Amino acid sequence: MSSIGTGYDLSVTTFSPDGRVFQVEYAGKAIDNSGTVVGIKCKDGIVLGVEKLVTSKMILKGSNRRVHSVHRNSGLAVAGLAADGRQIVARAKSEAANYEKVYGEPMPVKELADRVASYVHLCTLYWWLRPFGCGVILGGYDRDGPQLYMIEPSGLSYKYFGAALGKGRQAAKTEIEKLKLSELTCREGIVEVAKIIYGVHDEAKDKAFELELSWVCDESNRQHEKVPDDLVEQAKAAAQAALEEMDAD
Amino acid sequence: MAWQQPMDGSHASGSKVAAADGPGTQRTQYPYVTGTSVIALKYKDGVIMACDTGASYGSTLRYKSVERIKAVGKHSLIGASGEFSDFQEILRYLDELTLSDHMWDDGNSLGPKEVHSYLTRVMYNRRNKFDPLWNSLILGGVKKGPKGEEKYLGMVNMIGTHFEENHIATGFGNHLAIPILRAEWREDMTFEEAVKLVEKCLLVLLYRDRSSINKFQIAKITTEGATIYPPYSLKTNWGFAAFENPSKGAVGSW
Repeated sequence: MSSIGTGYDLSVTTFSPDGRVFQVEYAGKAIDNSGTVVGIKCKDGIVLGVEKLVTSKMILKGSNRRVHSVHRNSGLAVAGLAADGRQIVARAKSEAANYEKVYGEPMPVKELADRVASYVHLCTLYWWLRPFGCGVILGGYDRDGPQLYMIEPSGLSYKYFGAALGKGRQAAKTEIEKLKLSELTCREGIVEVAKIIYGVHDEAKDKAFELELSWVCDESNRQHEKVPDDLVEQAKAAAQAALEEMDAD
Repeated sequence: MAWQQPMDGSHASGSKVAAADGPGTQRTQYPYVTGTSVIALKYKDGVIMACDTGASYGSTLRYKSVERIKAVGKHSLIGASGEFSDFQEILRYLDELTLSDHMWDDGNSLGPKEVHSYLTRVMYNRRNKFDPLWNSLILGGVKKGPKGEEKYLGMVNMIGTHFEENHIATGFGNHLAIPILRAEWREDMTFEEAVKLVEKCLLVLLYRDRSSINKFQIAKITTEGATIYPPYSLKTNWGFAAFENPSKGAVGSW
């Protein structure tokens, strides 16, 4: 679907004759080159997983977090330019804190998604700003239950059962569609997400990767937190076993 | 021990504070809804803190189910006497602190010493602006330090005076409870011994402090976390001969 918008792609304030804003589409391409990010909504919460590609052996394990807690009950997983992502996370944290200060209750996920989407969209309106080169999957748990939103560089924000961004998103989406999400608990969901990420990881192109998993569910007291290490290990083991099974076929 | 902080609302008009700063602004002159003493002491497993659940409106014992001790993060307890609305504001600041701590998600968390230091800065800076948070705060907790599990107990008041001790009291507790604590506190008391000592002090305060009520809460903080026990009452004895028939022998005016 890629076409070169010669002449119409120099500024984010220029439309092409067929009604596209090429700069925003190019921003989307930045995400397509990043490690896969997956989010699923299980019956009792949300699981977020990131395939964190390790570019150098010198990087300390656990650094360069891609999943951030934005408030007690919600988290953001970032795909694309990490520095741009940091800015979105900072804004989301500030919005959530401010909402709670004014209204006395944790910010509803829908409201937070709206604010983040508006902020991202803002940067597509002025020629002196460039769009964010990252997409964000926001998962939270509020009075209306667990919710999952994905916000793209265009400012589009939709609510999802399952969402994926990054290199392996097509394959990941196919795998997510196979899952019976309404019957999965988050405990089972973690294993599924790990399997998906291990499955879409391209061993040939990218060698090492770290799996970052976070959840917000009944088991974590509706707080967004990193999945406990023992569960992560279990999920990794199951994922690797599933991979071997697939290879054996 | 001359604490310059007024004990409760009715005496507070003695503080002459610079009035308006700019047009329409005012500084805190005196407290309205106040809590009375809080006492705390270190024991074997951590820190124990206790106070009554009352808040007075001047000389009226207006609110009878007020929680003046709260947990802060994973490692601390805060107890406050003085203006209750200022305590609620302080709790909001501490909530912001613990939230950003939680979001870092790096295995670190604020310990009692850090929280105490933060509160000291807040209180002292407000005092310097002649707009104090009208409280005496007790901060107690346990956190792993370089020498193992370290217990911490400190206080800070509305003028920014702060210190650490093995046993602390605010308000009337300074005059009635501290002497008892100084005589009977020992290192490494068991929880039961600590509760007995605390109850002894609370009972004296109940008899002698007119703004205390007979409904108390005890809280403890250990390595396992904070526990705030449900409110309960102490048995009092008013069966003294002088109280039996109080108006006997009284000379009436009409």
